[in-house]
Amino acid sequence: MTRPLVELIDIEKHFGGIRAVDRVSLDLWPGEVVGVLGHNGAGKSCLMRILSGAMTPSAGEIRVNGSPASFSSPNDARAAGIETIYQTLALADHLDAAANLFLGRELKTRFGNLDDARMLAEARTVLARLNPNFKNLRDPVSSLSGGQRQVIAIARAIYFDTKILIMDEPTAALGPSETAMVADLIRQLRDEGIGIFLVSHDMHDVFELCDRVVVMNKGRLVGAHAIHEVSKDDVLSLIVKGELPADWSARNLMAEAAQ
Amino acid sequence: MPADAAMAMDERVKTEPFLARLMKRPELGAIGGVILVTIFFLATADSSMFTLSGIMNFLTPAAQLGILGIAAAMLMIGGEFDLSIGSMVAFAGMIFGVLTVNLGLPLILSIPATFVFAALVGAVNGLIVIRSGLPSFIVTLAGLFILRGASLVGLKLFTGGSTQLRGVREAVEGDMLTPLFSGDAFGFFFTWLADIGLIEKFRSGTPKVPGIPVEILWFVLVALVATYVLLRTARGNWIFAAGGDRNAASNSGVPVDKVKIALFMATACAAALVAIITVIDSGSTDARRGFMKEFEAIITAVIGGCLLTGGYGSAIGAFFGAIIFGMVTIGLTYTSFDQDWFQVFLGGMLLIAVLFNNAIRKRVTGER
Ligand SMILES: Nc1ncnc2c1ncn2[C@@H]1O[C@H](COP(=O)(O)OP(=O)(O)OP(=O)(O)O)[C@@H](O)[C@H]1O
Ligand SMILES: [Mg+2]
Repeated sequence: MTRPLVELIDIEKHFGGIRAVDRVSLDLWPGEVVGVLGHNGAGKSCLMRILSGAMTPSAGEIRVNGSPASFSSPNDARAAGIETIYQTLALADHLDAAANLFLGRELKTRFGNLDDARMLAEARTVLARLNPNFKNLRDPVSSLSGGQRQVIAIARAIYFDTKILIMDEPTAALGPSETAMVADLIRQLRDEGIGIFLVSHDMHDVFELCDRVVVMNKGRLVGAHAIHEVSKDDVLSLIVKGELPADWSARNLMAEAAQ
Repeated sequence: MPADAAMAMDERVKTEPFLARLMKRPELGAIGGVILVTIFFLATADSSMFTLSGIMNFLTPAAQLGILGIAAAMLMIGGEFDLSIGSMVAFAGMIFGVLTVNLGLPLILSIPATFVFAALVGAVNGLIVIRSGLPSFIVTLAGLFILRGASLVGLKLFTGGSTQLRGVREAVEGDMLTPLFSGDAFGFFFTWLADIGLIEKFRSGTPKVPGIPVEILWFVLVALVATYVLLRTARGNWIFAAGGDRNAASNSGVPVDKVKIALFMATACAAALVAIITVIDSGSTDARRGFMKEFEAIITAVIGGCLLTGGYGSAIGAFFGAIIFGMVTIGLTYTSFDQDWFQVFLGGMLLIAVLFNNAIRKRVTGER
């Protein structure tokens, strides 16, 4: 592939006087995981929401497969193969797993009724693929654990023909074993050629899973590096100070030089 | 694969006991309430309360309230309130009265026009709530006063100073649509039942209950349609999702704003339906029509299992909630109790229903 899945070009988002996102450019290629880092309020969620169609940018351009796109609703982005898993595990609490999986894209019978049987069967298949222990498909999702809810959110995102997956702190609400499960899932999806933006505060996860990291600071993109050319300290410096340590040089280059 | 395993799992899901599933339904409390109230009145009321004519007697007010209550329930599931529906009954009644009496329009024109008016007002309510982001409680509280006042002013304007507009019965007499909105249905059937001696008749030979009052049929129809929409269509899921967590819903691609505005329009149309039925029935309309009905409708919805915070509830529950309401209102007249216990009784019912529904809901949703 010679073309990025998606390109964000000079994206800006203003709220009154606040520049939540300030001229950010970023791209994503098939089969890569890009970590998006930054301190609280750096603008990560805003940038991701713009890409997922939940927020309209004040300025800038989005290109999908090289052609300009503009999303005025999450459905537009979804139609372009962009799925999002939100920081807040956005599910409809009183509906069950199957209804949540298909919310807004319900399967219907010939007569226009909900096809509960088919949705349940499909939900069972896709959820089993993610987590064989998933059983309570008919319970309202408010009664499920954080991990189970996250599985539904992920299932929602990958059930449809997904090319780009945005995960905004997908493990923030999860315990260690559930976090490990999500990590496995991310690798699996990447191997299928899906491009993933992973917003995270967890340096360990980021270094474990990502091919590249980008760092935001006060709405601006202050660094974009292949994961093997930076250390955790370098990334921390970008997050906190908005710049690399004064004596920085790419880690992999140093390693080569030492040889 | 796992085809076998999937089959096995299917079995497992299906075998969840029917009773256990039933115990999780939001309308359980209202059904239990109907049973309790029935037992209470069987014990205390004159036996004529549960004859055919007695039952029609309490189902008729239940039907009028229930049509509003079911609409209020759907709106509440969608996360909003409409405090203006009582006033909307008066306003729609005024519009309908003026169209039929003053303009002399046939029902085939005046009824759709009344619904269009109501839907417009509902849409305005909805748009203001959505655009301003203010709680619908406040926005429609304004509507409560505005529509009530507008009905009063409008009636005076069109009648030359009176707050009552008469002559509706004369105006709709002989209109082919009149039987759809007033009187009794299935009269031939009841005559037949009386003939073969299954139901009581007057000495003249006509049955004591001449048929089913049409509002009861409307009530059942509205309950069926609402239940169908809520449980069998995608729109139904959208209503639950929009009321539960509007952000989650819109992130999932649910057109939350459209859903809510449609619900406000449907609620106003329910008020218009009640207005048309009661205005034709009484032959006149006045500015006090539908007074306090907004609260009764909300009580009905809450007894029916709706959660004030939205996202949870049932139309069937509101259906039974309205029947409880009708039984209590009318039932006391069959007992030796002072009528003025009515409100105490009603408040007590509401409290019990809310406590009960709360307990069920916690079990279902796993909240603590
Ligand atoms: N809808 C909004 N209206 C006004 N300001 C907003 C809105 N959404 C975000 N902001 C502001 O934009 C800035 C960036 O917020 P954003 O949610 O993107 O941060 P973040 O990097 O995701 O932080 P966190 O790590 O806490 O999730 C913040 O200052 C926030 O207050
Ligand atoms: Mg965020």
